[in-house]
Amino acid sequence: MDFMVFQYPMITVQACLDGLLLGILFALIAYGMALQWGVMNIINIAQGDLVILGGYIAYFMYLYGIHPAWGVIVSPIIMYFIGVGIYKLVINKVVDRDLFISILATFGISILFMQLMNFAFGADVVLANSGYGTTMLFDNNVTLPNSKIFSAVISIVFAIGLVIYMKKSKLGRAIRATAQNSRAAKILGVDTEKVYAATFGINAALCGVAGALISITFTIHPYMGLPYTIRSFMIVIVAGLGNLPGVAMSGMGLGVFEEFADYILGTEFRIGAVFLLLVLILVYRRFKLSRKREYLK
Amino acid sequence: MKITRIILSFISAVVILFSTSVVSFAKVVGDKIVLGAAISLTGKYSSNGVHTQNGYNMAVDRINSMGGVKVGGKTYKFEIIYYDDESNPKRAAQLAERLISQDGVEFMLGPYSSGLTKAIAPVTEKYGVPMVEANGASRSLFTKGYKYLFAVLAPANLYLDVAIDLAVEKNNGKPVTVAMAFEQDAFSQDVRLGVLDAIKRTGSKKVIDDKLPKELNDMAATLVKVKQMKPDVLVVSGHTKGALTAIRQIAEMKVDVPMLAMTHCDAAKLSKQHGKNSQYALCASQWHKTLTYKDNFFKDGMKYAADFEKEFGYDPPYQSAESSAALLVFKDAFERANSFDQKKVRDALAATNMQTFYGNIKFAEGGQNVDKPMVLFQVMCDGSGKCENKVVAPTKWASAKLIHPIPKWSER
Repeated sequence: MDFMVFQYPMITVQACLDGLLLGILFALIAYGMALQWGVMNIINIAQGDLVILGGYIAYFMYLYGIHPAWGVIVSPIIMYFIGVGIYKLVINKVVDRDLFISILATFGISILFMQLMNFAFGADVVLANSGYGTTMLFDNNVTLPNSKIFSAVISIVFAIGLVIYMKKSKLGRAIRATAQNSRAAKILGVDTEKVYAATFGINAALCGVAGALISITFTIHPYMGLPYTIRSFMIVIVAGLGNLPGVAMSGMGLGVFEEFADYILGTEFRIGAVFLLLVLILVYRRFKLSRKREYLK
Repeated sequence: MKITRIILSFISAVVILFSTSVVSFAKVVGDKIVLGAAISLTGKYSSNGVHTQNGYNMAVDRINSMGGVKVGGKTYKFEIIYYDDESNPKRAAQLAERLISQDGVEFMLGPYSSGLTKAIAPVTEKYGVPMVEANGASRSLFTKGYKYLFAVLAPANLYLDVAIDLAVEKNNGKPVTVAMAFEQDAFSQDVRLGVLDAIKRTGSKKVIDDKLPKELNDMAATLVKVKQMKPDVLVVSGHTKGALTAIRQIAEMKVDVPMLAMTHCDAAKLSKQHGKNSQYALCASQWHKTLTYKDNFFKDGMKYAADFEKEFGYDPPYQSAESSAALLVFKDAFERANSFDQKKVRDALAATNMQTFYGNIKFAEGGQNVDKPMVLFQVMCDGSGKCENKVVAPTKWASAKLIHPIPKWSER
């Protein structure tokens, strides 16, 4: 245990800011998961792998001399079609089955993607350099890489764009209707099959944006997907489905929690702390639920 | 109907079983010495696995084309049976079993990484199969009393202790403060032990001792602490992701530290991925092409690098060079043993004392090579942003002078 983070106020500020910027990015990935979970009742274990695949798209643009920031436009477009493709090939066969089947199916997709990415891109750790420089605050005591600020801003832009799209567009309304009651939506003329495909595509596209941002801010590697799946799962569990402000808040909360866990427990327990928190929250939820049940009895 | 099907499938199973065991190899077939190797051709070690395989193949071709191995007045050629271990220790151990008991291989080459070598060594030891390995540096491999394991490379604890000595030397012999960040795998922890020894030996002080996770891609917390504590040396070892993440975040967070020492810069292609930001980083390496060791097969490092590039299209990382050296060691041992008896070859290996383009090779009791020091190179860039790795320590092989302390970010 190391409480240095509280001894120097500048480190506390640094940890909070780092955590918030990171959390906004997590929230974007989690929002995709919440959307698809809510609409199709599928927990997508391959979420993190879609993120990494999106990262590779940006990385390859960077390799060919295009600035990786363009990846936030190109990557979601490609990922949308990949998402629709996955839906048509696999997900549409499990969408009405129980949750366990869909978890197994997406777990399989996750393994397949990891191996395919390893096969196609190699096992090297790679990154795309944005060359964005650094913002210094408080007399150079707090440093914020501009690439992290860029990711946070882009994440917010995409999240807001999506909320507006869901409210105003025809497809957005169809998606919301399907999420509320798919049978009723079907009776009223909504092509739920198309809605499902689009939802899965939109989720993949969000992962694409996040992946491109991760390749700019951190590193990517074919086997790095799972921590992103776990984080988004955890954010959605805390926030609940269809609760966008909740997803944003719990994303940022998780980011800050992770940063502080990193300082206090050590970097090696960073992901471990997230897992532990997940277990605690699940236990707490169950406890709350069982009390409710008793009350109903 | 059902019974005929069962009988048919039973017969076909038997046929398949026999057809695989009939084509089994013996240790020496005609004029061929067959070596076995499980290599990571897929999975997380696949890039380094391929470097290893290329190194082996390069040496096999060279030795065969230059007259092969002479044993008992007859000339033999090397041949290697490869299997893909999928970067998985369990699989590697199975494949070693298979190579030895099914394929009849009596001499083995090592896999890539300490972890996989650790998985294979008990198997080769059990069957008394001599194994020369080139990519398992973990100290724990050499403390188990293995008799048939020989490593051409220097053990992991010697990777970065040179850096601490260098920092002390630059500090006019006075102790220094050291910040450390190491991944928690066998290899990095051995590197850490070496650094701790050096800290103790020089009376220095460790001010940060962070452990990095396997899925590392953010070490901002460690770097913030470094900014606060202002150590004289920062040591990072976390495979390629550690090296890449450290350089990226040190540049982004403008962390000023007089000396930065790391492992895996080669494999991470640091200067290619980070350009000028990687400048001044010190990197531990088993080998560098500018070293002046010589042998009859590859001449020297520069010639090896040129030939390797011609054949495989890239500059050889040290993983390839040390793998090539493993075959030179085997050839030398076979000829000195003048026999294919495993015991005699093992004893000949143990008595190895030779120079290769990769370095001097002489094995200690535990099987590690004690005659080849590690080198440290520093990434140096010119005005146009082109970066090169130049050997700066030990001074005997230095091709450039160490730049110390690293200029502050504000002055760059």
